[in-house]
Amino acid sequence: MGWVRSPKDFWAGILFVTFGIVAVAVSSGYSMGTAARMGPGYFPRGLGGLLVILGALVALRGIRVPGPAIPAFRARALVFVLGTVVVFGIAVPWTGVILGTVLLIFVTSFASHEFRWQAALTSGIVLAIAAVLVFIVGLKLQLPIWPWPFNR
Amino acid sequence: MDVLQHLGTGFGVALTQVNLMYGLVGALLGTLIGVLPGIGPVATIAMLLPTTYALPPVSALIMLAGIYYGAQYGGSTTAILVNMPGETSSVVTCLDGYQMARRGQAGAALAVAALGSFFAGSVATVFVAAFSPPLSEFALKFGPTEYFALMVLGLIGAVILASGSIVKAIAMIVLGLLLGIVGTDVNSGAQRFVFDVPELVDGIGVVAVAMGLFGFAEIVGNVESREKRQVVSAKIKGLWLSRKQFRDAAPAVVRGTALGSFLGLLPGGGAMLSSFASYTLEKKLAKDPSQFGKGAIQGVAGPESANNAGAQASFIPLLTLGIPENAVMAMMVGAMTIHNIQPGPQVITSNPELFWGLVASMWIGNLMLVVLNLPMIGMWIKLLTVPYRLLYPAILLFCAIGVYSVNNTSMDITMTALFGLLGVVFAKLDCEPAPLLLGFVLGPMMEENLRRALLLSRGDPMTFIHHPISAVMLAAAATLLVIVLLPNVRKRREEAFHEEIA
Repeated sequence: MGWVRSPKDFWAGILFVTFGIVAVAVSSGYSMGTAARMGPGYFPRGLGGLLVILGALVALRGIRVPGPAIPAFRARALVFVLGTVVVFGIAVPWTGVILGTVLLIFVTSFASHEFRWQAALTSGIVLAIAAVLVFIVGLKLQLPIWPWPFNR
Repeated sequence: MDVLQHLGTGFGVALTQVNLMYGLVGALLGTLIGVLPGIGPVATIAMLLPTTYALPPVSALIMLAGIYYGAQYGGSTTAILVNMPGETSSVVTCLDGYQMARRGQAGAALAVAALGSFFAGSVATVFVAAFSPPLSEFALKFGPTEYFALMVLGLIGAVILASGSIVKAIAMIVLGLLLGIVGTDVNSGAQRFVFDVPELVDGIGVVAVAMGLFGFAEIVGNVESREKRQVVSAKIKGLWLSRKQFRDAAPAVVRGTALGSFLGLLPGGGAMLSSFASYTLEKKLAKDPSQFGKGAIQGVAGPESANNAGAQASFIPLLTLGIPENAVMAMMVGAMTIHNIQPGPQVITSNPELFWGLVASMWIGNLMLVVLNLPMIGMWIKLLTVPYRLLYPAILLFCAIGVYSVNNTSMDITMTALFGLLGVVFAKLDCEPAPLLLGFVLGPMMEENLRRALLLSRGDPMTFIHHPISAVMLAAAATLLVIVLLPNVRKRREEAFHEEIA
């Protein structure tokens, strides 16, 4: 796409326009009301329209004014950091805090290029104990400690 | 003398055993995250917000406030010893602080940073105490029209004083406002942008947004980049200043404090802006500006005082007007809302023990921080030697458990991860997340005030111009925008931010 001179601006603009269009489209299903009696659709539709205009301005600037390229995405960090957290959230009611923590620490440590498995395992165990002490003993959060067959 | 009496009440609240303990926890955590690069006060406050449900509101706010100004103390340690900002507000401290450390004056640099911060913190506490009551009394006269205009001015101001593209930042605000109104509309009961997800009926949690954008996104970014950390000589001797150093530093501390107290009041202000401005000022005033960047003590004393004064002064607009001016204050709005306290001018009169207790705790907290940061400096230095690859999984774990514990649902974690993904994308596209968070927090309030203002005026938008206070505020916002968008000013502004960061 040779005509995009500043990809950062251009794609940021496109992102804003997309969000704006979604906001307008979804909120057109809500009653608009009048200015004196604003319905639930009034404010979001106005904001959505504004976002489309602002996004278009940003995108236009991306076509006109040269700027730096977008740095590459590193899938490894994204998947290991964010993915593991999601899995942790789903799994923790069954695995309990201790097993969940060891797994989370071990897998997220993969995200770094300096991964060492002994260190990851050790810190996983240390942190699991710390997490139980801080969150369950200290702050009294309602979380299972052990995996599900051993709870209670 | 009213103020003294109120301060007495405040100290009564802040000196109770419970509040002293939470103040200490806040100061400790603040120093900890200040020292550690890669996690800032916004993410930390988001992480701890769920755990404050059970606390009395005063204790919760005392702890969370301690994190913000504690981070200003801790940030300087890393800047001086590692030449890496522990916090964004100590970016400029690296310039001269690290050079001082290389010349064997690390002790003096650390001492001046801590003592300057303490002086600034004490003055700023008095400033908050003296300035807030009259301002809130004035603001009590505001109707919905004035409030709407004030929020517009606040949001525009926040954008102008931040770095980066203005149009992008305004777009981020608008996106934030939209995200803020997700959930059930209080007026009509209509469910907006819920998409049949039951967890969205009550809206998106501020914890998910802040933790995703400021916590997770930052971790992903840091893991990607290879780091090198070099702690300057483990031995630090003489944590004190020579008479000459003291004479050189004292005026800079006073100027930094004054500048920070003032800039902290402005929308978009706070710790970071104050430290940059103070460095520029000191360099301009110096007899020998060439010393700057080579270990000038004024270059540490000024900004370090300014960032602490700025951090504390930024509580004034929050506590008197209910308007957060930076991302940390947006989190404080979240904390107050959790405890059913509507931020605004009525807080001082309806919850005096909260307001004065918080003010008093700031001074006590600053005192604790000097002790934590000077005699105990060795402990923090040890911490700096822990590599990031061991640190970030731990941060991630505490974030994950913190988010999960809000409602005990995994949906919250998924949502946070989604905002983390969004945050990574925004970072790649040079879109700052702070305006989005401000918009997110203000979204519902802004809609409500717009609705009421237009209801009162029977739908006439000219009402914003017919009310003099609102007209002045909107005119100020418009003028600011026009000025900043003028080609000349825009170029200068970009250069200014460039120079400061480079």
